[in-house]
Amino acid sequence: MYAQMVKTDSARVRSLDEMDPVERAFQERIDAGQKIEPKEWMPEGYRKTLVRQISQHAHSEIVGQLPEGNWITRAPTLERKAILLAKVQDEAGHGLYLYCAAETLGVSRDEMYEQLHSGKAKYSSIFNYPTLTWADIGAIGWLVDGAAIMNQVPLQRCSYGPYSRAMVRICKEESFHQRQGYDVLMKMVKGTPAQKAMVQDALNRWWWPSLMMFGPSDDASVHSAQSMAWKIKQNSNDELRQKFVDQTVPQAEYLGLTVPDPDLKWNAEKGGYDFGEPDWQEFFNVIAGNGPCNAERLNARKKAWDDGAWFRDGLVAHAEKAASRRQAARIAAE
Amino acid sequence: MATATLDPAVDQAALFEFLLRLGDNALILGHRVSEWCGHSPALEEDIALSNTALDLIGQTQLWLGLAGEVEGKGRSADTLAYLRDGFEFRNILLVERPNGDFGKTLMRQFLFDAWHFLMLKALKGSTDRRIAEIAEKASKEVAYHLDRSRDLVIRLGDGTAESHRRMQEALDDLWAFTGEMFMGDAVDAALAEAGVAPTPHSLKAGWDEIIEETLAEATLKTPADAYMHKGGRRGVHTEHLGFILAELQFLQRAYPGATW
Amino acid sequence: MSSEWPLWEVFIRGQHGLNHRHVGSLHAPDAEMAIHNARDVYTRRNEGVSIWVVRSSEITASAPSEKGPLFDPSNSKVYRHPTFFDIPDEVGHM
Repeated sequence: MYAQMVKTDSARVRSLDEMDPVERAFQERIDAGQKIEPKEWMPEGYRKTLVRQISQHAHSEIVGQLPEGNWITRAPTLERKAILLAKVQDEAGHGLYLYCAAETLGVSRDEMYEQLHSGKAKYSSIFNYPTLTWADIGAIGWLVDGAAIMNQVPLQRCSYGPYSRAMVRICKEESFHQRQGYDVLMKMVKGTPAQKAMVQDALNRWWWPSLMMFGPSDDASVHSAQSMAWKIKQNSNDELRQKFVDQTVPQAEYLGLTVPDPDLKWNAEKGGYDFGEPDWQEFFNVIAGNGPCNAERLNARKKAWDDGAWFRDGLVAHAEKAASRRQAARIAAE
Repeated sequence: MATATLDPAVDQAALFEFLLRLGDNALILGHRVSEWCGHSPALEEDIALSNTALDLIGQTQLWLGLAGEVEGKGRSADTLAYLRDGFEFRNILLVERPNGDFGKTLMRQFLFDAWHFLMLKALKGSTDRRIAEIAEKASKEVAYHLDRSRDLVIRLGDGTAESHRRMQEALDDLWAFTGEMFMGDAVDAALAEAGVAPTPHSLKAGWDEIIEETLAEATLKTPADAYMHKGGRRGVHTEHLGFILAELQFLQRAYPGATW
Repeated sequence: MSSEWPLWEVFIRGQHGLNHRHVGSLHAPDAEMAIHNARDVYTRRNEGVSIWVVRSSEITASAPSEKGPLFDPSNSKVYRHPTFFDIPDEVGHM
């Protein structure tokens, strides 16, 4: 997911009886479905976990601009170009909303950038894969945004008010993203054999990384259990992955594509698909920085930040000058 | 969409040429600006600049769409954008200049926006209703572009010593590409005669005023008018355009006849 | 390390006649740029007719711990609600 394997600092989830009265009142409010707002009392672990999760989510949005951004200047029609640009711009907006939500927890955007640039903070593994053809733009919209939506829709109900509200806005804006991706692919599979082959190739490369987005099975993870108790995570990774496969396979069939999983088959008994296990070795390698594009992605972000320092400083200097000029004028007038 | 109203008094070949100039300026500048998406110095700027690029792409569709209609050979805006070679492009050289640093991109934007704003304002009164309608829509967008680029030029010119230096360098470097905006030829004369468009030269005084006022506030020095480059408006470009088109047209060229 | 642009809260009037509503926040070096940025960030889908911005640090908020004393007392003023009063049907709409 956009936030993968977020740690909670909890050794185990404690019961209400084990909590002191303040924490117990907090947990009861969450259990009752109430929202926690900035500056209200919260356990330090809750705050830290949220900062990790929201900032990782935000980093994923802005790093996620890069693979698709690659194709803005090569989009095949003026309309596709405008749509793609609008979509990648939305991702910047979503990053912005999320950074702001994290800032309500007492961490600044610059601090979060610093953590991203130093490699301390992670972003989703998916954005370390390359976009090699135009079909990849379709595949990202369809699969990657599709997987993200699976996670983001329930997050609209998460217990932290600013995060929940950011997700509401993001989900509303994102509703066109997945559709535009599928639309790109529908057009291509109806086109020339070369176009159709390009789409199949994109599915072959993006299928498994998309399944990995949900993270390894977390049924035994204390972090996931704690996050669920705090209602900042709503479903297990396996639940979401199953839901994603069940939704996506018929869509692949509609496009006339073959999902690259020999173990994929309908299981009437469970009312869902059985499917193979992603290569988790690859996943951990990508997380550890060894994906095909980790270095490029991080360097692009760092370069944008470093090259832009003079610009940001220049504007601050001007704002200060203008403010002191205004003040001088006010004093002179008095 | 307005239907083609063929006015025999207006030279259709000249009108086509003029529309290509407007459309190609928007197309190439939009392309350049879109290169920043994901790489700007701040998220807020990234989003703002993408809005500018989106406006320009939208304007490209309108101008080139109308150009195709006027030409009457069945070429769409996409065909014109994706299947002409460099010598058939009519944008001014300024808009194909490489982005450089963020300051240079903003300076290029400002120098162009000031002209673009005045041009569209004049075109709102065009005798060609189709042109007047597009200008009406585009001029609102461009008024905002100018607001923003002008504001940023002032702030960065009058910011830190470094931001001042960078903005002055950007200005000095781009200045020789501004003259082309005001050079007229037979096409311009024919359209001015028919009341379709202003002569380029008639926009110069207004442009000078915006530029001088802004640069003074930005504490930047207006470069002396020296040699001015030209050629884009008649299809003689710099080497940069070829690379822009290689990217822009890649898919349409690599897969002829495919639809996307 | 350069200094960070301050944070601004953004309020947008969605349509004529409605109140400005808090929509989110953003960073900008000063108020004028905050307005520009708000236009570009928060009205991309035609969402507004007017924008307010205020520095986040200038907002004074009620303390969460005082929620009881601040808001509970109004719970008992039931007579402030029209449904408190029984008016016979034959009197007509009131």
